[in-house]
Amino acid sequence: MDKQIKKVDIIFQMDEDCNLLDILDKALAQPADDIILDLIDSGLKGRGGAGFLTGLKWKFTKNEDSDVKYVICNADEGEPGTFKDREILDKVPEKVFIGMAICGYVVGAKEGYIYIRGEYNFLVKGLQKKLDNFNKHLKDRNLDFQIAIRSGSGAYVCGEESALFESMEGYRGEPRNKPPYPTVAGYNKKPTVINNVETLVYVTMISRLGVQKFKELGTKDSRGSKVFSVSGDTPIPGIYELELGMPLNQFVDEFADGDAKAVQVGGASGHCVPRKKFNDTIIGFEGIPTGGSMMIFNSTRSMYNVLHDYLEFFTEESCGQCTPCRVGCQQLLKGIEAVKRGEKPPSYLDDLKKLTTTMRIAAKCGLGQSVGNPFNSIVDNFREEIIY
Amino acid sequence: MSKYLVNLKINNIPVSVEEGTTILEAASRINFRIPTLCDHPDLNVAGNCRVCVVEVKGAKLLAAACATPVSEGMEVFTNSEKVRTSRKHIIELLLSEHNSDCTKCFKNGNCELQTLSSEYRIGDHVFLDLVKPKDKIQDISSPSIVKDDSKCIRCQRCVRTCTDLQAVSALAVINKGDQQKISTFLGKPLNEVVCTNCGQCVNRCPTGALTERSYIDEVWDAIYDPNKFVVVETAPAIRVALAEDLGFDPGLRVTGKLVSALKKIGFSKVLDTDFAADLTIIEEGTELLTRLKRALVDNDENIALPLMTSCSPAWIKFQEHIFPDLLNNLSSCKSPQQMFGALSKTYYADKINIKAQDMVVVSIMPCTAKKFEANRPEMRDSGYQDVDYILTTRELAMMIRQAGIDFEKLEDEKYDSILGESTGAAVIFGATGGVMEAALRTAYEIVTGNEVPFTNLNITPVRGMEGVREATIKIKNVKPEWSFLEGVDLNVAVAHGLANAKILMEKVQSGEANYHFIEVMGCPGGCLGGGGQPIPTSLEIRKKRAEAIYAEDEGMPLRKSHDNPEVVRLYKEFLGEANSHKAHDLLHTHYKPRKRY
Ligand SMILES: Cc1cc2nc3c(=O)[nH]c(=O)nc-3n(C[C@H](O)[C@H](O)[C@H](O)COP(=O)(O)O)c2cc1C
Ligand code: SF4
Repeated sequence: MDKQIKKVDIIFQMDEDCNLLDILDKALAQPADDIILDLIDSGLKGRGGAGFLTGLKWKFTKNEDSDVKYVICNADEGEPGTFKDREILDKVPEKVFIGMAICGYVVGAKEGYIYIRGEYNFLVKGLQKKLDNFNKHLKDRNLDFQIAIRSGSGAYVCGEESALFESMEGYRGEPRNKPPYPTVAGYNKKPTVINNVETLVYVTMISRLGVQKFKELGTKDSRGSKVFSVSGDTPIPGIYELELGMPLNQFVDEFADGDAKAVQVGGASGHCVPRKKFNDTIIGFEGIPTGGSMMIFNSTRSMYNVLHDYLEFFTEESCGQCTPCRVGCQQLLKGIEAVKRGEKPPSYLDDLKKLTTTMRIAAKCGLGQSVGNPFNSIVDNFREEIIY
Repeated sequence: MSKYLVNLKINNIPVSVEEGTTILEAASRINFRIPTLCDHPDLNVAGNCRVCVVEVKGAKLLAAACATPVSEGMEVFTNSEKVRTSRKHIIELLLSEHNSDCTKCFKNGNCELQTLSSEYRIGDHVFLDLVKPKDKIQDISSPSIVKDDSKCIRCQRCVRTCTDLQAVSALAVINKGDQQKISTFLGKPLNEVVCTNCGQCVNRCPTGALTERSYIDEVWDAIYDPNKFVVVETAPAIRVALAEDLGFDPGLRVTGKLVSALKKIGFSKVLDTDFAADLTIIEEGTELLTRLKRALVDNDENIALPLMTSCSPAWIKFQEHIFPDLLNNLSSCKSPQQMFGALSKTYYADKINIKAQDMVVVSIMPCTAKKFEANRPEMRDSGYQDVDYILTTRELAMMIRQAGIDFEKLEDEKYDSILGESTGAAVIFGATGGVMEAALRTAYEIVTGNEVPFTNLNITPVRGMEGVREATIKIKNVKPEWSFLEGVDLNVAVAHGLANAKILMEKVQSGEANYHFIEVMGCPGGCLGGGGQPIPTSLEIRKKRAEAIYAEDEGMPLRKSHDNPEVVRLYKEFLGEANSHKAHDLLHTHYKPRKRY
């Protein structure tokens, strides 16, 4: 537990002497395989939630034999309590574009898309202008790659990569069966790299700062830094870039109001950590990973209400196609209500916990698979609050 | 391209299968059945019910066996503790949102969810009842199909059927989460939307969410009414499928037993729609030749070609909705069922001295759309509703069971006369391509005086299960009055299932194809795969039924419609000649454009 909380300035960094396009030119001068090796070496993992090694994802896609490939930037950002991608797209969109262009160059894609959630449509106008400009730069460099923006339909599940492809193809945003994975058959069933907004910026910045600089940050399993969206009972809500691998207690010391009883790490689909576990919880892939959301609850909060809100969210946002998730979410929600009202015995919570195991292993996509995270961590740590 | 063999183990038993095989299929090769609900052999993989989940060694998640291809070295467990627990949970969850009033359900005894829950002995519900009261209100707006959302398990088989097999898209998934459901456009009643009543969704619904509108009680009431004379007619495809619903394997022909059972049930006369099928051939064949003459000799530009068959009411409604600009191409002939009805209450009623208003005409059909067809306002040319009630093959099987008839032990009996005689040409109406074949057997002979130049009258190019089939027949040695057809290549095409029909219609519209005559059946396989046929259905089953149909044809003494003596007599005594004024009054109809949604 020797890591200290450390604020970092990579993502939003705007040093005067650096022309962003130089970063692109530097990358384009490198062999594609070297960029992949660098990325793998850097240990950069996806910042969208699943934490897949970015270099490996690119490698798989590059190795696919196909004339048509795509690069997609996932800016659906629907996880409750997450608002960092909006900030990134607002403040440093060129860094995102450059990450996408490097990706296009590396994997051999000619088209890139930014899939942006409907709620962020107010950003699109400004973004499009900068993008038009950027696309021109790409043409000037004779790079056969162009980026376009696509607006999402507003469903949380459309952030799930295969549902996102379905949505882009004009169908209902329903997740697909896997395999095949996007690297083999993604958008239009063609090999596709899909990365989170933030992931793409780190690609750009690794190219700028070098692998070593990035690797110095974080831990063995969680290299680098990450942008956090801090919300809830904090005097200083907002966006912070922090080194990965920090212990939660330090985070709480820095951000909470002195009365934190729990932190929900990773948004509604993440885990709830109670005060007694702050000391031995690490924020990172070896501990509790997060897409960036950190929600702090102080002692005035009812954890029943917190869980109820989350379950309501999932009950509504499940795409509804698969049984474990569609019906499971409703059963969990109605189940805690029934326990609260005394219509079901407290032991019913244990039946529901078993149900979350089925949801975790049998649901079709990450949405249904992760509903058990908040459910079990809140029920286990705040059982009395749920029952009484 | 030859496929690699993949080696894996299922429940510790080694198995080798071709690359691309699903776990489900691989398991069935070594006789492990994995339960399924959303999976259907006719449909694209959905993988959404999750009942088929299995454990793959080393994987954190269970895999949906229907949607997961095998891979080398895979070790699969189809009944591990994890699998069993999850599967039970999933069945329990489905039951919790399902209105389980099995004893009152039309599908009681033939429900895949019921079977599964009894297999797993799902006892007292652990989970809360989630059935929404508003979902218990059935949509009974359609004369053909009843939709009961409280029975729906969201497997989306109906949606895939309606969209992929039938290209109709009357049913779609709407909303998400707990509000997700299968709905018509804007939730309108089924009778107000593009639904063709084909009932293919009914054939594939695993539960009682989609069923036919049943008229069994009305038919019993008519039979019990001493003042009613109840005649029944049976469509060609019933005789090769009914047995499946009474416990026999697909492909068994039970024509004689069918007649016997209907007599025992108490119908006053048991007649054969096949008679009207032969009649249809005379009328439609004549219409074809007349259109050809007017187009080719008179150069009449108002004549629409290709002529398209009009026996399938789902296909008719499909055209009215989707291709209204091609309505003139449809033959004006009524379907055999409706020709039969119009004649029953006129010619036949006269012959047997029964007043038309005392006659009840019941038809046994492989079809749900026939229920709609009989209700069309155009179908009252006898002065009454020409056909009163339509029962599906499934409903007839229920009546046979209700009547306590031991079907297996029945002696064969013969159809009553008149309106009971038929030929092999009529029987093959039940299979895709059959109307085409029957029409060609007659038309060719009218024009040339010779039989069609195919061995044993079997026009094999128009047979089979290919979605769209084409054939060209050279007309040679014509009679003098048909000299304009000498040497003409008659181009014909056959499609079955409405998605295939759509492909064919687009070809016609674009002018890419140059056909003279097209047969379309709304259902895959033709009537033998109709929406009123026994459940389940699959390509295998439909092929067996087709074999039985063609065997029935081969076994008939008469195999050409124009040889049917009762049809000959009908023209002599009543109609005059084919396409006569009287024939037009009773046996022909017209169509109307309908909205796209
Ligand atoms: C229900 C659900 C919603 C998701 N929403 C997002 C999202 O809004 N943004 C995102 O980047 N990834 C989201 N993901 C993860 C994506 O499926 C995918 O893993 C990610 O975009 C990959 O990018 P990365 O490797 O850069 O993290 C979601 C996953 C699930 C299951
Ligand atoms: S887990 Fe939920 S969101 Fe994902 S496919 Fe199933 S129902 Fe849809």
